Amino acid sequence: MAKLGYLPKEKLTALLEALSKEQRLFVPCQAGDAVLFQQYDATKTPCLDRPATTPPKGIIFPQDDTLFTFTYHKDAEDLKKVSVELKENLDVAPTIIFGARPCDAKGFLIYDRPYTETDTPDPYYKKRRDMTAIMTLACPAPSPGCFCTSVGGDPADKDGSDVLITQLESGYLFESITEKGETILQNSLFEEGSSYQEQAQRTHEAVAELVRKPFQVTEELTQKVLSLFENDSFWEEEANKCISCGACTYLCPTCYCFNITDEQAGSSGERIRTWDACMFYHFTLEASGHNPRALKHQRLKNRVGHKFSYYPQKYDGAIACCGCGRCVRYCPVSVDISEIVAHAQEYTNDHGE
Amino acid sequence: MTIERLKEIVHKVLPDVDVVIGYRQGFDALHATPFFITKPEEVDELIWGPLCVHNLAAYLPSLTKNKKIAVIVKGCDSRTVNQYLQENLINRENTVIIGIPCSGVISVKKVLKGLGDQPIEAVSGDGDKITVTTSQGDKALSLSEVSPDKCRTCQYPTPLIYDHLAGDPISPDKPAESVYDDVREFEKLSLGERWHYWETELSRCIRCYACRNACPMCICQDKCIAESRDPHWMTQRLNGTEKLMYHMIHALHLAGRCVECEECTRVCPVEIPVAKIKKKINMEMAELFGYKAGVGVEDTPPMFTFKVDEEKIEEHEL
Repeated sequence: MAKLGYLPKEKLTALLEALSKEQRLFVPCQAGDAVLFQQYDATKTPCLDRPATTPPKGIIFPQDDTLFTFTYHKDAEDLKKVSVELKENLDVAPTIIFGARPCDAKGFLIYDRPYTETDTPDPYYKKRRDMTAIMTLACPAPSPGCFCTSVGGDPADKDGSDVLITQLESGYLFESITEKGETILQNSLFEEGSSYQEQAQRTHEAVAELVRKPFQVTEELTQKVLSLFENDSFWEEEANKCISCGACTYLCPTCYCFNITDEQAGSSGERIRTWDACMFYHFTLEASGHNPRALKHQRLKNRVGHKFSYYPQKYDGAIACCGCGRCVRYCPVSVDISEIVAHAQEYTNDHGE
Repeated sequence: MTIERLKEIVHKVLPDVDVVIGYRQGFDALHATPFFITKPEEVDELIWGPLCVHNLAAYLPSLTKNKKIAVIVKGCDSRTVNQYLQENLINRENTVIIGIPCSGVISVKKVLKGLGDQPIEAVSGDGDKITVTTSQGDKALSLSEVSPDKCRTCQYPTPLIYDHLAGDPISPDKPAESVYDDVREFEKLSLGERWHYWETELSRCIRCYACRNACPMCICQDKCIAESRDPHWMTQRLNGTEKLMYHMIHALHLAGRCVECEECTRVCPVEIPVAKIKKKINMEMAELFGYKAGVGVEDTPPMFTFKVDEEKIEEHEL
């Protein structure tokens, strides 16, 4: 049975303070004119009015992560003999992400399939994921470009969250979804919330109505996108305005590709993992100099194809897009992935196929 | 009407080129998007107005090598074309320039900020005002309130170079001496304050390179030193040093080349005013060499030439 707690608006700061004492607490905060997830302390200005500019994925999968440090030691007796000392870096503290949106939380479910639900789970991702609770704010309004209902989501989706928060007129309703969430709701700041449940439900339904629906996921979608794989002219047309930057991928809650580099100075250094983006020329540049995706339309095809065809084929039809709309909203030239998918769905060739 | 005149020109030009690049409506009423026109029936989708914010000239270098391209340029964008010609980066014979006199565009970010980032259902313009409709109702905003910084000091409302002009020329009405007022104002801050400002602003950078890829004059693109392992001048770290290094490299490569289109600031998803760094260098270039990028088609960028005795560089006097 889900636990329900009500928190009057004026007690929000007290709650954030209480939560931040027990563990690392990340909250969307005003940062210049952007809103970024930052570790909460009294100097920060939380901003829950709009989704954060960047998703919270970096809290569990940092953009820049030191996997281990290494040092080469020369044998004093025989200088040709070199040994290497490795030190792993897996210090993780219990963490709460407060104020993610349902699409943000869903992004982690998309990450989980390749990163934890495999024979070789990623220890760095898994440890952070296990130690993080996600308190999600049901969207009080849609944002420009977002389309979660087209990809099976909902502005009040509970999938992937530990607590769902609904903003009401003078306070918030907190609903636990998992055991982790139930523990959080034991805090004495919460009042009994069951009488607010109906009001929350009405808010959820009203917001869902306002979300744009540029396409609908059908059983054929995955095949349809794949069938366009060799259709260069389709992708060239979709990509002609793309400027091949990484804004879409770095702001995407589900883009999970990375690069690994050794940053070494003298005899010691660090192996770091950093986000990578399939929109970049270097992404698939091979040591030989050959690049299978040398052109921007080939790269855009990969981004759309991965989310709507290759990933679903591998993982039981699950679409690897949560519809947050950040790639649409922040694209320098307004490339709209939902429009590309709709075009792919509608596409017929000269033979009417 | 400018839009009718514009469509007429595009119809006329289209048979002789591979593509005409203009604007059409984007995913919502507030966003225009670059529009690659190849068929006459597409011309009707063309739009023109304060939403047409992108510098479309930036597409030219990658396309004019083997295609004939017509592009719609505003006054500010036309400096890009001139600079490309000065630097021999485009093939003029493959380029048709459709100029459009412009009385100012909006900053999408400023409009959304005033509206709490809601989806925009309709936008209508009327002289110096725009009315924006959301699910919460209408809101009227004055253009000057939501215009990007570059429009506030615009010196070139009419394109400086064009083959066709869609509309009557507009004369500049902003004082030329105030173009760099914001830089001068910023320079009154102490070194420590300026350092703190940039440290804070650049801390938000996510190294997505939108500023670089949107920059018409960033011509290294796929060979950028920011991603190169050999030479290994920068790591892939996300720390302040690397972010500062990247932005300084970007700015210095644009010394005497930045055409002040402010695309870098416009496209930054985390709202870093990156154009400010370039504007400072431009101010220095103007004072030192009397040069403004992209203003005259026959000019030579100061970094493309060499004089033993520069008029204003004393150290060089032997």
